[in-house]
Amino acid sequence: MNSEIALFLIQDGLTNGAIYALLALALVLVFAVTRVIFIPQGEFVAYGALTLASLQLGKLPGTAWLLLTAGVAVAAVELVQALRIGAVRRVPAIVLHYVLVPSAIVVLAWWVAPQKPALTFQVLLALLLVVPLGPMVYRLAYQPLANASVLVLLIISVAVHFAMTGLGLVFFGAEGSRTPAFSDAHWKLGVLTISGQSLWVLGVSLSLIVALLLFFEHTIYGKALRATAVNRVGARLVGISPAMAGKLSFTLAALIGALSGVLVAPITTIYYDSGFLVGLKGFVGAIVGGLVSYPIAAAGALLVGLLEAYASFWASAYKEVIVFTMIVPVLVWRSFTTHHIEEEEE
Amino acid sequence: MRRGVVTRTRLILGVFLVFMLVAPLVLPEFQITLLNYIGLYSIVALGLVLLTGIGGLTSFGQAAFVGMGAYATAYLSTVYGMSPWLTLIVGLVLTFAVSLFLGFITLRLSGHYLPLGTIAWGISLYYLFGNMEFLGGHNGISSLPAINVFGLELDTGREFNYLIWSLVLLALLSMQNLLDSRSGRAIRALKGGGLMAESFGVDTARMKIIIFVHAALLASLSGWLYAHLLRFVNPTPFSINAGIEYLFMAVVGGAASVWGAVVGAGILTVLKQWLQDLLPKLLGQSGNFEMIVFGVLLVLLLQRAREGIMPLAVRFFPAPEKLLPPLAQELTRRARPAAGEMLLELKGARKSFGGLVAVNDMSFAMSGGEILGLIGPNGAGKSTVFNLVTGVMPVTGGEVHFRGERIDTLSARAIVPRGLARTFQHVHLLPAMTVLENVAIGAHLRGSKGVISAALRLDRTEEAMLLAEAARQLARVGLSASVHEQAGSLALGQQRILEIARALCADPVLLLLDEPAAGLRLQEKRALAELLCKLKSEGMSILLVEHDMDFVMKLVDRLVVMDFGEKIAEGLPKEIQTNPAVLEAYLGGVK
Repeated sequence: MNSEIALFLIQDGLTNGAIYALLALALVLVFAVTRVIFIPQGEFVAYGALTLASLQLGKLPGTAWLLLTAGVAVAAVELVQALRIGAVRRVPAIVLHYVLVPSAIVVLAWWVAPQKPALTFQVLLALLLVVPLGPMVYRLAYQPLANASVLVLLIISVAVHFAMTGLGLVFFGAEGSRTPAFSDAHWKLGVLTISGQSLWVLGVSLSLIVALLLFFEHTIYGKALRATAVNRVGARLVGISPAMAGKLSFTLAALIGALSGVLVAPITTIYYDSGFLVGLKGFVGAIVGGLVSYPIAAAGALLVGLLEAYASFWASAYKEVIVFTMIVPVLVWRSFTTHHIEEEEE
Repeated sequence: MRRGVVTRTRLILGVFLVFMLVAPLVLPEFQITLLNYIGLYSIVALGLVLLTGIGGLTSFGQAAFVGMGAYATAYLSTVYGMSPWLTLIVGLVLTFAVSLFLGFITLRLSGHYLPLGTIAWGISLYYLFGNMEFLGGHNGISSLPAINVFGLELDTGREFNYLIWSLVLLALLSMQNLLDSRSGRAIRALKGGGLMAESFGVDTARMKIIIFVHAALLASLSGWLYAHLLRFVNPTPFSINAGIEYLFMAVVGGAASVWGAVVGAGILTVLKQWLQDLLPKLLGQSGNFEMIVFGVLLVLLLQRAREGIMPLAVRFFPAPEKLLPPLAQELTRRARPAAGEMLLELKGARKSFGGLVAVNDMSFAMSGGEILGLIGPNGAGKSTVFNLVTGVMPVTGGEVHFRGERIDTLSARAIVPRGLARTFQHVHLLPAMTVLENVAIGAHLRGSKGVISAALRLDRTEEAMLLAEAARQLARVGLSASVHEQAGSLALGQQRILEIARALCADPVLLLLDEPAAGLRLQEKRALAELLCKLKSEGMSILLVEHDMDFVMKLVDRLVVMDFGEKIAEGLPKEIQTNPAVLEAYLGGVK
């Protein structure tokens, strides 16, 4: 291996690693706030990428129908609950949020998609179609079980992952898609060629991380999420609704997931089930951080990206094996540094 | 009535046996295949019922263990021509080693690392199967030999059916035996009673590893059967998705009975078959669309009926009330200390949490046959002292001695067998277990039979002695009437008394009671006080942490009063009542 290849692999690893880092941050966020281990994170990556790919073909993506259906289902659940306690005043807001707004998004997509608008607009449209699914999934699958044990929530996550993967197959078919790069620019830097796309990925990831930091440090909602992560009961006592915190963290996770999908789609071909592995690599990063530390999780994810780049060069058939067995030394190290008698839930 | 129930359960088992004997002779090929698969899946799901349903742990990687069993026999029997019976053993040993290692590194961490670890491990092994040249890559290994049972070649699905279902039955019965034993009670305590089990000497970490390895071995066995049924293996059936489906089976069936595994495997296998026919026609394209239905179904099931389907079925087959063992031999009891012998001694025991000193150089001693009360206002540090003595927390400084031996360096589990047993401030019971079983956990360390003897029913003499001891202690505290009730159905006062019976089952010389009267009604408090007096008259020593002054004053021989982590007074109840420091601590200073 010469230095040119080594540098290329580093670039490749950092690009992928940046995406894993974003996902790792979302996973840590969701776990800290809701105790949900968010396996379906990867499906949002695939949905984001494939929705964009459909829009670029001028087609209305299948996720539009999912958005409508999920919206109606949430509205139904919320209406039943509201009417049962006699809160008729809430009805218009529920209908607006979960039926009218999703319908408007779908109509917009249906109208705009065949005209093949500019890339930026397509990306925005893809995000509009996919991101609202995050809080809807929370409302339908998780919220009724918000107080269950981590284990039950994890099984729910796997069930949601199953359902969303199957739906992905229905919407997008078994063929993969690859979207055109955001930028075809290339720069020569000594022996290294830097592609515009990897700069895009790194730039967007970095800005998103900074934006999240500002959100958590300087906004009331960010602080509410941090409070919930520190102490759920305490946060509730000072008036932070756990349902709001859950929906908000799922919205952020869906946004991060869909955006990662949009970023990764020009680099690798994405299939309906690719998200699972991409998301799990974010997990490996998050586990390095013990599912609590944001910076260590991000660093771990970058490490996963680098390891993967070098593994695919040296032993491409064993790439996944190498990346996922990395978890073993991490767990060994954790098991010898953590000492506590577990006070069980339930 | 009782007899009627027994016959009903037996009747169902009989019908099942007859069905399994006759079915392979009369059913068409397709149904036989389905039945074979249900059997194979049941074995894996049974492991998960134990692991997830009963033990509260989870693995998504069971398919990888199935693959291990299958590939071990496929490789060894085709390349080296080894007998399938020999390769079964090799496969099991391999699975044992790997699952032991995985269990050891993940089970010490908090609950969610195990499932995440198993996902990663399941994926790794799947890709490994697919990429190893010597395992045939994605094409797999074909032409495996048939299994030979006493000279009979099992080379059709019909014949194989008998082998599969015999093993299913064996696995079910041995699991049922295991759960109804000393180790079984410890396993059933893992979910929701870990701390309690530890303080009666159960090594919970070891128990977790045991059930994880047990589940892995069952999966490996199923893989061995699978390989010789199809006589062909490739990586596809051992993917992570298969691992997830196994878990679904265990959750759908539920843990109320070991038969949940068969029910869950049956429902999911038939449903999958049906959906795989139906959905592609509806959607006009082909693919694994049953995933959608499975996913949604599981979410709804967990939201509406978290215990799965079995509890609904079990209601019609109530477990027969177990008769108490007749005149079992008594367990040996430890030597009692003479009255007045030094029992417990704290020498400058100290506990600080960062800058906060919760217990500041506490020293006191108590001797055999005494009831010592430890009282003090809220936040005085009483419970911390309690935790230091029972080994739940390590001391920061100073020493704790029990019968002349230093115990502050020991874990909670190591302190119990020295003759110290406790109750909890918030009752720690296993509500779904009977009163008798709950109390028998107290005697855990007085038995020694393990998992294997339990599964083979070699533990019956000891088991009878343990249950007889539990019944004896229940009679001692006056709960004989409720022996077979579920512990969760008792009133709080009775639950507190149950905890005392459980502690007595450990054959203690010193009983530590953590606020036993808290939340009790007057009548219940009287009953409790009577019981404690009775125990004292039988020579038991008691350390009582309590809030309720009236309750304590009438009962104890001596009192130690704490405030702000320090001892402020010690003496007879009469002296304490007029002690100015105590009055000030409780009523505030009069200036």
